Amino acid sequence: MLDLLNNFQLNSLMFLIPSLFMFCCGVYGFLTRRNMIAMLISLELMLNSVDMNFVVFNRFLCPGEMEGMFFTLFAIAIAAAETAVAIAIIINAYRIAKDIDVKDLTKMKF
Amino acid sequence: MESLLSIMIYVVVALSIMIFSVLAVTTRKILRSATFLLFALFGTAAVYFMLGYQFLGGVQIAVYAGGIVVLFVFSILLTSHPGDNSSKLESKKKALGLIGAIAMFVVCAWSLISRCSLIKTLPDLGEAELPTMSQIGNDLLSSGSNGYLLPFEAISVLLLACIIGGIVVARKK
Repeated sequence: MLDLLNNFQLNSLMFLIPSLFMFCCGVYGFLTRRNMIAMLISLELMLNSVDMNFVVFNRFLCPGEMEGMFFTLFAIAIAAAETAVAIAIIINAYRIAKDIDVKDLTKMKF
Repeated sequence: MESLLSIMIYVVVALSIMIFSVLAVTTRKILRSATFLLFALFGTAAVYFMLGYQFLGGVQIAVYAGGIVVLFVFSILLTSHPGDNSSKLESKKKALGLIGAIAMFVVCAWSLISRCSLIKTLPDLGEAELPTMSQIGNDLLSSGSNGYLLPFEAISVLLLACIIGGIVVARKK
């Protein structure tokens, strides 16, 4: 046990596996949730895990460069814009259908 | 070798990311789901701080935790009764989602682990090699070989379009 502690070193897999787990949680939520805001929350989880991967690959594979960091910076900005527009659409859909359950949003079907 | 404290910090951060992301997609109260998302985002910011990207961690907390989660909470309060439980999932749908997510996790984890060249220990860097604030600022606004002026301007146009689009879509008729 003490030996294990002495040999402990952070490697890239220790960050990639939690990030992968977070992405799979997002996939599960996106497939099973019915509420539109809950689906958007799952989408945020997926986006966030991808951001984390960019940073981890940047730090472990090419430290000293900043490409991954800037990618994450721009991805965060785009995620914010996307969430704002999506929430505007959801509020508009709520005005029309009085509900944001995806089962009930069938007005545009013909 | 790392000190015992950094091992403990790593374990706490990794576990909290995983636990809170599971809770965010399984809890049936939508407001709680937004709160758990907030904690998962804080865990990600802690990872950025651990890897030495302080500016990115600050941006993550300011934009995600400060902006997006507040937006989520407001829209939840506008569109649903916060105390309500969402309807129970059909077990077939739940099983299908679980199978899809677990299959994806297994395939991706196996392909990650089998590529040993990806597994690298944290390279030791001096303070000088991690990006400093002035370096980030210069790169963000330079048009040189590793400058990011064009995406920076494109993002500003995108944000403007997003502001106008949000107003147009959500305004009262």
